[in-house]
Amino acid sequence: MTDALLHVENVGKRFGGFVALEGINLSVAQGERVGLIGPNGSGKSTLVNCMCGSLTNETGTVHFDGHKMDGLNAHQRTHRGMARSFQLPRPFTTLTVKENLRIPLLYTVYARSGTHMSQADINSRCTELAGLVGLAGKADKYPLDLTQVEMRKLELARALAADPKLLIADESMAGLSHSEVTDIVSLLIKLNERGITIILIEHIMRAVMSFSQRLVVLVSGKKIADGKPDQVVNNPEVIGAYLGE
Amino acid sequence: MDFTVELFINAIVAGLLLGGFYAAVTAGISISFGMLDIVNIAHPAFIILGSYIAYIINQTFGIDPILISIVVLPAFYFLGSAVYQVYHVSFERRGQDALRGLAFFFGLLFVTEVMLILVFGVDYRYVKADYIDYAYRFGPFSIPMRMLIPCVLSLLMLALLQVFLTRTFTGRAIMAVSQDQLALRLMAADPVRIKRIAFSISIATAALAGACLIVIQPVEPAVGREYIGRVFAICVLGGLGSLPGTLIAAMLLGIVESLTATYYGPSWAPAVAFGFLLLTLAFRPSGLLGR
Amino acid sequence: MRLPVFFLIALAVGLVAFGLALTFGNDYVFYAGYVVLQFIVLATAWNILGGYCGYVNFGSAAFFAIGAYSTVALHKLATSPARYLPDGILPFAEAIFPLSVPTLVVIAGLVAGVVGLGTGYLTLRLRGAFFAIATLALAVVLQTLVLNWSFVGGARGAYIIAPQSVAIGAYELRYIHYLALTMIVLSVLAVTIARLIERSRLGYGFATIRDDEIAAEACGVPTLRLKLIATTISGALMGMAGAPFPYYIGYVDPGTAFGLSYGVNSIAMPMIGGTTSWIGPLIGAILLGTLQQIATVTISSAANLLIVGLLLVAFVIIAPKGIVGHVQDYFRNRKKEAQ
Repeated sequence: MTDALLHVENVGKRFGGFVALEGINLSVAQGERVGLIGPNGSGKSTLVNCMCGSLTNETGTVHFDGHKMDGLNAHQRTHRGMARSFQLPRPFTTLTVKENLRIPLLYTVYARSGTHMSQADINSRCTELAGLVGLAGKADKYPLDLTQVEMRKLELARALAADPKLLIADESMAGLSHSEVTDIVSLLIKLNERGITIILIEHIMRAVMSFSQRLVVLVSGKKIADGKPDQVVNNPEVIGAYLGE
Repeated sequence: MDFTVELFINAIVAGLLLGGFYAAVTAGISISFGMLDIVNIAHPAFIILGSYIAYIINQTFGIDPILISIVVLPAFYFLGSAVYQVYHVSFERRGQDALRGLAFFFGLLFVTEVMLILVFGVDYRYVKADYIDYAYRFGPFSIPMRMLIPCVLSLLMLALLQVFLTRTFTGRAIMAVSQDQLALRLMAADPVRIKRIAFSISIATAALAGACLIVIQPVEPAVGREYIGRVFAICVLGGLGSLPGTLIAAMLLGIVESLTATYYGPSWAPAVAFGFLLLTLAFRPSGLLGR
Repeated sequence: MRLPVFFLIALAVGLVAFGLALTFGNDYVFYAGYVVLQFIVLATAWNILGGYCGYVNFGSAAFFAIGAYSTVALHKLATSPARYLPDGILPFAEAIFPLSVPTLVVIAGLVAGVVGLGTGYLTLRLRGAFFAIATLALAVVLQTLVLNWSFVGGARGAYIIAPQSVAIGAYELRYIHYLALTMIVLSVLAVTIARLIERSRLGYGFATIRDDEIAAEACGVPTLRLKLIATTISGALMGMAGAPFPYYIGYVDPGTAFGLSYGVNSIAMPMIGGTTSWIGPLIGAILLGTLQQIATVTISSAANLLIVGLLLVAFVIIAPKGIVGHVQDYFRNRKKEAQ
């Protein structure tokens, strides 16, 4: 537990009277590929928000890279190495695709290393990132001119731009075609092999199964399963609550 | 500063009466800002407009100003609908940044004030009604009718609003729209229509509040700006969108203002409200009754 | 174009305009021009927080008045230092008083900047709407404070007698020309700062705050810190615009210094000119400022404010991108059609 990269300890979150998360315990080891699944409204995005600091959890603690994240806000956690994409894409609408990718480079990577990246380096890295997700031709377009699918790819690329230790991809593949899904999964696996720990939140079971080394299931704000994908998928409670027939 | 019990008690009473009135003034903002998230800083302009309409008709026909405002209410309701329509089409639907919406209402506030200056000039205007010069006196208390009647009417209006919001379908839909538009759609209610009704109601309250205002004190175009701070201070302090909270906060502000005016002079009164606002925003933005 | 070059070209343009104005032989041009230049600074300053970051400041008049009243306070101190200052620092005071206008400008900038920082710190952690309302509150609170501060004249106001001329080296400059020159330099400074910010890392950060603050935070942008920077710079520039005002106008009272016109114009000019670039507030200030000077003389000052208000509402509804924005769109569409 102490050498887990991310350790979520008994995290709980309410919105007024509504309990969004209750007693969530989750450990993710360095280099792991974890899949997070569950029905809509089960609290997956809320959990991500609490982990990354966009929301403050009422109970429990988030540990990352050996440090407690209490009191740190989102940008500080990003500097420490967490990055996430948003389930509903939130691009910077007055900036082009390339400029969107610049932001994490300017504000996270630069802040971390302290060394000044030259304009040429930044530009080439932006182009590289755009190419990784298949947006190379759209680098100078504005987000409003992109399709929903392209915006999700931008979300993913922007999260990657922050050069994270932990990447949380929140439904990046919604709406993608069969081959596009395969491409993104291969990309994520490749990035994982390069050392990035990844939590994948998805509804596309094919992607989740081929990607995950471990599967976690969230239902109504509680974790009901956590283990090897084959076992979790055959867990009757999981089948009843989510997979169903 | 001479501290007599009588002076003190009268200051408190005046504060309570004023507070009741302030609550009515703020009710509109509680709806538009507290529930609909529309920062209508032009609300005081509508109130002043209400005051001036009451003034003209009272001057020409001698009718009681409060009566005038009740008759004029539907007109204000439609005015509110029109304003909301423009706001919705130009800003809400385009998903535009809040910047433009704020600038729009600021422009409205400004244009209204300047037009009133051009038409009526900067002299103070007041209304004539039988009860304005009377005051109830019993014991140490002196309750001016010109403050009591507006206060009573304000409380009545608040009570009606609260009943409407909590007991009728439309009212509850309005309260729901501030929380969850999707759920509202599932209930087969059109969020835009609900918001329009709510906003129109908020402007309609301005008609009554305006008449009350000119009964309480003489009015000139710049008075509206004093009320911006009061209204938002009360709204935030009372907890956005809560009418009971608004009433409590309004009473509190009324008392503090009244005490300040009595002991330190009326020139400090505007600063009280705005000071309250700054402090509330800085330290307890979720309001007294907190969320 | 590199920044120092930009600054020098802008300065040159300003000086050429100054020279041209001299040929009119009528000082009225300078009095009117001063007002327009003042608006250039105010509009540009407002836009740094409003247009770049998306946070609306309704209290521009407050910051302007801070500048004006610091000058009044320092002027009063200078006229009778023995009355107000302890004996110990009198010799020092007598040596530095009366303070020159540029010094007053710098001091005003510092004071206004600190107030901006303070206001921001209290309210910027909340939503933009609360910040906007807080700025309104600030304006009224400050005005009430000044009204009750008899040292600077309170409600009665203060008379500030400006000298007839200023000696620059061997040359005697008429005072209004001196003030106009100060304003030219200040305008050039404001516009240069705006342009510097726009193209820098800071400018990108501001844009993300405007577009989506939550996403900005997730990307590692320290939004609170950047907002505080914007508020401080914006407030400081507005204060600097107000510093020479007492010498320009001769009589300062709270009603004038906190006037309606500053609040509405500093919003209307950038919104009409265009909020995404430094050119917008400049164009807005020149166009609207000139229009108002004409209207004040031909119709009335209340009417000219009405025009500004109506234009603001009209532009915000019909042409939200402002003049610059729509011109840019026009050229971009022509380029698309040509392809």
